[in-house]
Amino acid sequence: MFDLDRWQEIFNAIKQNKFRSILTAFGVFWAIFMLVVMTGSGNGLINGVTHGFKDFATNSAFMWANRTTVAYQGYDRGRQWNLTNADMQTITEEVPEIDVLSPRLQGWNLREGQNVVRGERAAAFNVMGDYPQYRKIDPCTMPWGRYINKEDIDLKRKVCIIGEKVYEVMFDEGEDPVGINIRINGVYFMVVGVFKSNNPNINIGSNKKETIYLPFTTMQQSFNYGDQVHFFGFTAKPGVNVQGLVDRIKPIVRKQHKISPEDEEAIGGFNVQSELQTMEYTFLGINILIWVVGIGTLIAGAVGVSNIMLVVVKERTKEIGIQRAIGARPALIVGQILTESVFLTTVAGFLGLAMGTLVLHLTDMAITAAQAQAPPDEMTFFMNPEVGLPLAISALIMLILVGLFAGFIPAMKAVKIKPIEALHHE
Amino acid sequence: MSNSIIKVEGLHKSYRMGTSALHVLKGIDLDIKAGEMVSIMGSSGSGKSTLLNILGILDGHDRGDYFLDNIKIQKMNETQAARFRNNYIGFIFQSFNLISFKNAMENVALPLYYKNISRKKRNQKALEYLERLGLKEWANHLPSELSGGQKQRIAIARALISEPKVILADEPTGALDTQTSYEVMDILQEVNKMGITVIIVTHEDDIAHRTQRIIRLRDGIIEMNKKNGHFQAAASSEVFSTT
Repeated sequence: MFDLDRWQEIFNAIKQNKFRSILTAFGVFWAIFMLVVMTGSGNGLINGVTHGFKDFATNSAFMWANRTTVAYQGYDRGRQWNLTNADMQTITEEVPEIDVLSPRLQGWNLREGQNVVRGERAAAFNVMGDYPQYRKIDPCTMPWGRYINKEDIDLKRKVCIIGEKVYEVMFDEGEDPVGINIRINGVYFMVVGVFKSNNPNINIGSNKKETIYLPFTTMQQSFNYGDQVHFFGFTAKPGVNVQGLVDRIKPIVRKQHKISPEDEEAIGGFNVQSELQTMEYTFLGINILIWVVGIGTLIAGAVGVSNIMLVVVKERTKEIGIQRAIGARPALIVGQILTESVFLTTVAGFLGLAMGTLVLHLTDMAITAAQAQAPPDEMTFFMNPEVGLPLAISALIMLILVGLFAGFIPAMKAVKIKPIEALHHE
Repeated sequence: MSNSIIKVEGLHKSYRMGTSALHVLKGIDLDIKAGEMVSIMGSSGSGKSTLLNILGILDGHDRGDYFLDNIKIQKMNETQAARFRNNYIGFIFQSFNLISFKNAMENVALPLYYKNISRKKRNQKALEYLERLGLKEWANHLPSELSGGQKQRIAIARALISEPKVILADEPTGALDTQTSYEVMDILQEVNKMGITVIIVTHEDDIAHRTQRIIRLRDGIIEMNKKNGHFQAAASSEVFSTT
């Protein structure tokens, strides 16, 4: 397998033209380097963005009431209407494909001045009303205590769970907040837990870290929201298209509130599933771009290698002629040129792969270091740039193919050399 | 069958030069017996190098027949031609044509490499041949470190190592001084004595006179083909010792 004479020739050829070989190999090196760094960065971007909502229910949507934009059944356009508890009931009954439905209250009017007070401490925070099932849409961990439960809802308990930032401001570090009463807009609520969302990049209505969740029913009663529902989120059962459910819910709500079927604006909505799909297409686009550029560069590199191999063949015309005259078979000469070409591209490519991986690793270290120092509620859009083993393996296969491709034309040219012409070649 | 090693009948060869054709060989008839030592002479353009190339299967011919060791040489692909060259013919060139990055021993061993003989075996054999040519101590030197005469002796060793039936030498002494030329000729005569047919292309009369037969080419035809009256046997057999 290891043919010393063949390698002797290859090393000699490379050694005699160090500078030229290095320049040639650089083309391939750079192509692989670029491909690795770009793919890694692309992955970093994808990792960073998806990390921000990795646990968020992807088969979910949110809907809310907007002003009407079409006059209908005697009502003027521009009418403000509200979703109600009854709507939630109807939707749950009529659309059984909904897995979880979670009505929410958004206390816009409550965040004014320093609405949250505990002893000497006072600050302004958002207040929202929630059902226990909201945790299924936007999963979170509980560093302290528990989430809102069904009892809280049924008994309209005056309890609350607080975001990380709220805990930081209202409590000492490490202090157990469970059981402590805080005053929210003049009403005392007992803290039963601290929540930490798994999806810090998705904030609906308010920054979750600076938000206090009250049991939905308690909030409706305590702050006079009547039977209003400000908005609601739901998840579809497995295999059910979210948009299909949205299209079925809308007519129900329109009928209840006498909204024109033509009024597309009156019911606001946000379909997480389709937004994610858009994002996935964006990522796909980025990946395609990376590969197009990467492979284009690689082809340019291969053309460079091919070109230089042609020069090598031309320079060695006489040598090849001698070898042919004393009995070297054409296959041997072809093998020689192809081996040299594959060797050159593979070595260069592997250096590129190694260098690219090193750069990604350093970037990862730098990012991790930077994140450690950044303010905790800063959003992350880039993390863990990396390339997988499949890429490395496909790069290896690609390099060998590129090497063969680059060596093919020069090898054919070498075979066409007639010994007689070569021997007269000066 | 006859004991002809090389038999050529009505050989024609032309080269295409753009639109016109250059008729180089215009009907050559030649019969060289096994074990002969023959020189081919002629001024430049007489076609002697072309003839040698055809005899060496480095080039094809257009018309006529060529029998090498009673085998008809026809149009063949390069792989077959390479096998023929490897088995039947040893080449010696004017400019030695050694591979510059291989040392003397590796250069000599090269034809065996093409026969897929193991490195150890072929290097051993190469050393034997170098020893017979008195170059054993130069085995590990690169061609650039050797004199012209030494290089040509290495080339001869390379031509001999595959035990060919015919040695084709194209102006083997063209790049050497008189003294070295004679040494090389001594060796070639020794080689011939071993029973190998030697064909030398030259334009030097004194070199030609050391062969048994002189064939003179002019304008693509054989002008003269006769036994050499002044044939000198090898002066001594010390240079190439057939052990």
